Amino acid sequence: MEPFRQIDAVAAPLGTPNVDTDQIIPARFLWRLRDDGWGHLLFNDLRFNDDGSEKPQFLLNRPEYRPARILVADRNFGCGSSREHAVWSLYDYGFRAVIAPSFGDIFFNNSFQNGLLPIVQPIEVCEALRAELEQKPGAHIRVDLEAQKITAPDGSEYDFTIDPFRKECLLAGTDEVRFTLNQVDKIAAFEKSYENGMPWM
Amino acid sequence: MAGPATLFDKIWGAHEIVVRPDGATLLHIDRHLVHDGSSNAFRTLKDKGIKLRDAGRTFATPDHYVATHGRGLSAINDPDRRSMVESLTTHTRETGVTMFGLGDARQGIVHVVGPEQGLSQPGMIIVCGDSHTATHGAMGALAFGVGSSEVTHVLATQTLWQKKPRSMRITVDGELAPGVHAKDVILAIIAKISAAGGTGHAIEYAGSTIRSLSIEGRLTVCNMSIEAGARAGMVAPDDVTFEYLKGRPYAPKGADWDKALAFWRTLPTDDGASFDREVHLDATEIAPMVTWGTSPEAAAPITGHVPDPAGAGDAVRRDSMERALAYMDLKPGMPLSEIKVDRVFIGSCTNSRIEDLRVAAKIADGRKTVIPSMVVPGSGLVKAQAEAEGLDKIFQRAGFEWREAGCSMCVGMNGDLVAPGERCASTSNRNFVGRQGKGARTHLVSPVMAVAAAVSGKLTDVRTLMARH
Repeated sequence: MEPFRQIDAVAAPLGTPNVDTDQIIPARFLWRLRDDGWGHLLFNDLRFNDDGSEKPQFLLNRPEYRPARILVADRNFGCGSSREHAVWSLYDYGFRAVIAPSFGDIFFNNSFQNGLLPIVQPIEVCEALRAELEQKPGAHIRVDLEAQKITAPDGSEYDFTIDPFRKECLLAGTDEVRFTLNQVDKIAAFEKSYENGMPWM
Repeated sequence: MAGPATLFDKIWGAHEIVVRPDGATLLHIDRHLVHDGSSNAFRTLKDKGIKLRDAGRTFATPDHYVATHGRGLSAINDPDRRSMVESLTTHTRETGVTMFGLGDARQGIVHVVGPEQGLSQPGMIIVCGDSHTATHGAMGALAFGVGSSEVTHVLATQTLWQKKPRSMRITVDGELAPGVHAKDVILAIIAKISAAGGTGHAIEYAGSTIRSLSIEGRLTVCNMSIEAGARAGMVAPDDVTFEYLKGRPYAPKGADWDKALAFWRTLPTDDGASFDREVHLDATEIAPMVTWGTSPEAAAPITGHVPDPAGAGDAVRRDSMERALAYMDLKPGMPLSEIKVDRVFIGSCTNSRIEDLRVAAKIADGRKTVIPSMVVPGSGLVKAQAEAEGLDKIFQRAGFEWREAGCSMCVGMNGDLVAPGERCASTSNRNFVGRQGKGARTHLVSPVMAVAAAVSGKLTDVRTLMARH
């Protein structure tokens, strides 16, 4: 995983609550492999007509928002199916951070596994950010993971909290499997006593 | 553990391998279920050159991509879909994982197969790369869905790093009226607490209503926890659980059974244990439910009306309701029982177990479907049991198609799709935009409500049909 430190990029406002992972990436594409690339399929049915032409009104088809790397969303973003392909699609498109009042729990976890930073902000902050981005299409937001700070286009700053372990892994670009395998002695010791106590498990 | 503890606390505590000062916890995973959407995870592991830590704790069955009009690989017409099932076969063979494949009566939807085989047991932590893994919580386990990276992590280490979620208890008391089932209970819960009401929480379902549900009913309730935002939903194990488990192929046997039983009896939440949030519902007030929108929280009693976005609290909510009604092609104020339906699907990890099929068949018996309708059993064993009881004949006489086991039209990944613009009364779990197919309109209902829709061609209060019996 690529380390994440800070990003200063175009942000796009997506003001719809309960954007589920079926919207982010429809189920009919899920047979594909991780390395096949997923960015062109992001929000497929919202973004494209049946003949493959763009729906001009969709957010990411507007020229100012097209290069967006930060998404400011609404509550319960990424709810529904556990498909990690939703994160792959956002990441491969270029997104590195999603700011929302709340996230689907599994999507939230999947994001950290792929270097996509999900940031929880109060609903009023998300609304204010989206309003500003709508007024100034193409405006930048700055996200500083180390300082745990967001800077809005107008210069307002907002702090965010993040689980310290997740932060450490993102900053270092940790491979979590290798990280855990380094503690295999503890796992083995646990398993031994666990299986002695509850052999049927 | 000091002081009174919850079922969730007890299971979590027993699985902690490492607890970091920042709260990140390395948990032991007892059971890992994989399906035919897991090929990326196996591939990643192979690429990294890492072996499975404990193949004996992982069980596989193909469900998402399997055909339901026939069995065997050759029944899967599309080569990409077929390759997903083939790849699961190859990966499990290479890694020594037990697989219930096509042609094995034990094959089925992974969340039906786990409890059915006795693989899902009280006190366990169970994970699967599928958001409906909370289903297994009905057995008194802590079960939650994970993504592909976490599937890889579990295959490699038999552990997961997790942060302890908050706890929520949803207590449902009172007797359910005739025609009201577990599906209506969970839809009523989601309508009450919203699609994000359980986010960040592990839910324990409690109360006399939940206690009086069969295991099948509890599985239905826990299954849809994720539709309320919660990764995990659970029910304390009791005699109903133990009775269900006893004698199942992977349940403990002999002296192990006695030891296990003694342990399982210690698991229920202690008196006086506290939860971060408590919610109460009165079961006597729950009517058969239907959804009218594009989120499971858009659920209402069948006696109700399509709501008016003008009455929504704020602009964002109003806007999203308007969008949902436009997609669903519904007008505010319309009685829900006047919504015409084009198709019916009975199946999915929510409602495809033997009890679901029994209650549905009872309503279907002697009636005729007026729209295309299908029944997809949750596993080969459910199908065989239903056939032994003659349920297949009842459904077929009524005009239902009787299919082979799989996820089928809940998610349409196998090609069982609802056509664009078509309206489907479905016993599945998600009414998302495009979930059952591009442009498909889904109304979530219980199995008996699905039959009522199939025989009348519109959403119908099943109680009006029961009165005739």
